[in-house]
Amino acid sequence: MVKPKTHDLEPVAGNGLLHRRLFLTGSLAGLSLLRAVPLSAQQNVPDWMKAPGGPLRPYGERSPHESSVQRLVGPMPGTTGSGSSRTPLEFLEGMITPNSLHFERNHSGVPDIPPAQHRLVIHGLVRRPLTFELEALTRYPLISRMHFIECSGNSTALYAAQPAQAGAGAIHGLVSCAEWTGVPLGTLLDEVGVRPEGRWLLAEGADAAAMSRSVPMEKALDDAMIAMYQNGERLRPENGYPMRLLLPGWEGNTNVKWLRRLKVTAAPSMTKDETSKYTDSLPDGTAMQFTFPMGVKSVITSPSGGLKMQGAGLYQISGVAWSGAGRIRRVDVSADGGKTWAPAALSAPVLPKALTRFRMAWRWSGGPAVLMSRAVDDTGAVQPSREALLGKRGATYRYHFHALQCWAVAATGEVRNVYV
Amino acid sequence: MTMALAMAGVGSAAQTPSPPAATERQTSPRPPAPKGPSLGRPASDAEIAAIDVSVGPDGAGLPPGSGTPKQGAEVYATKCIACHGPEGANGVNDRLAGGQGTLKSATPVKTIGSYWPYATTVFDYVRRAMPYPAPHSLSDAEAYAVTAYLLHLNGIIAADEVMDATSLPKVKMPNRGGFTSAFKPGR
Repeated sequence: MVKPKTHDLEPVAGNGLLHRRLFLTGSLAGLSLLRAVPLSAQQNVPDWMKAPGGPLRPYGERSPHESSVQRLVGPMPGTTGSGSSRTPLEFLEGMITPNSLHFERNHSGVPDIPPAQHRLVIHGLVRRPLTFELEALTRYPLISRMHFIECSGNSTALYAAQPAQAGAGAIHGLVSCAEWTGVPLGTLLDEVGVRPEGRWLLAEGADAAAMSRSVPMEKALDDAMIAMYQNGERLRPENGYPMRLLLPGWEGNTNVKWLRRLKVTAAPSMTKDETSKYTDSLPDGTAMQFTFPMGVKSVITSPSGGLKMQGAGLYQISGVAWSGAGRIRRVDVSADGGKTWAPAALSAPVLPKALTRFRMAWRWSGGPAVLMSRAVDDTGAVQPSREALLGKRGATYRYHFHALQCWAVAATGEVRNVYV
Repeated sequence: MTMALAMAGVGSAAQTPSPPAATERQTSPRPPAPKGPSLGRPASDAEIAAIDVSVGPDGAGLPPGSGTPKQGAEVYATKCIACHGPEGANGVNDRLAGGQGTLKSATPVKTIGSYWPYATTVFDYVRRAMPYPAPHSLSDAEAYAVTAYLLHLNGIIAADEVMDATSLPKVKMPNRGGFTSAFKPGR
């Protein structure tokens, strides 16, 4: 066991932040972080070692001791399937979101689609309109990519004048990250032969809303994918089974689920969800439309709102960072409300348009603290303060909130959302 | 079945001309033939027509048929009022009427009349997604009528104006000039 060197435990920024070397060198092994579970007594054989355990199972389930970790479900009035369910970020680690906990945003429930009856039709301004069966698409050369999807309405509560008293998942849980496997859309567009005047695509789902968005041809030919697998298994129904559009880094609703049709057009179709919704109101009464990429962002997931500190001592600050423009270059953490900052350790792999896990060691004095994280992506974009974001946009913008999240730790150990 | 269809796709691709030589390609506007596996099958006009429900802001895709606000009021009273409230307000779901003049305020009221830039979007959305419990249950004439009623509720068209494939795209929405695209092609 490697003991941490004394200098590793020396603060690098105010209010107890310790050097990220602790995470980069693996010297944590000798430390007793307060997340760690106490050793069982050696003398007593526990019950679960006194008889053979449970049966083999054809389809696994998580430990029953973890069953309280649930998506936060918020349906729209009068519906059960429309609205959203949020990923409980504060109870997860790493960069991948388990499929059962990937967030949902549905506009008219989750359809039950028999895969053999599903078709993808690509038509419009093309030379050869084509219909693709699911089975045919799985025979194309597949690619796998890890990408986050974030609803553009994520974190919208933080536009409000008073800080919402809610946890990381309730505020920021409309973001998740998975490994997606499918066919590059460019391959299919090559086969249909897009006419020169075809500059946009209308993407339409096979749900009861026939949810539809217009997508620029540039994105379709860049890194768009027809995704059929999510973390190695077929897409979950609530994430678009049997196929969805994946537009890495772009606002979630453009990643049209249950994709049934792509119509190549000369101009945007001006659907409901790109005019009356998902448009960003400015103070002068006008609105921005087609604000596709999600901004550089990070949030500390532990400690975070609703969790309780277990007394003064050594803690692990852990969070996720992401950017719709590319890779996360660095994440700085502050424990004193932004007066001083120190760089966190980024957990490899750090991939473009994917969640990146960052970690920081912190010796909590037991006194008041305000924890913040600030991400920078590889375009140099810096996550803004809430004050700067609202100063630029006003408070009615509603979408694309990506400013700093501040968690106040009280002497009692309670953690709550604050504005600084 | 699926295999046979896929093979048909292969056959159809094989009938397309072979790609021109590299020197020709530089001077010809014709793109090279597809390099992919070509496992799609040709989509017939009938197959496309059966699912192409979208309507563009120029009115492209609008079907035959027509409706008036008066006819739409009857449809609204039976199919829409439960969620959207009487006269498009005070329902449990989205408000559809009123709110004009509020967009610069701290609490903008976004409705068809105050916010939506295109009347065609109302028809498109009603036909593809409404009423919520039973989408695709309205006839095209009923969809035109409900659209007309909602436009009239917002003071945009007169009580007796007929909405059809010709008149609907010409409706001038109050907030038509209220949007700026953040997406700049080629950047």
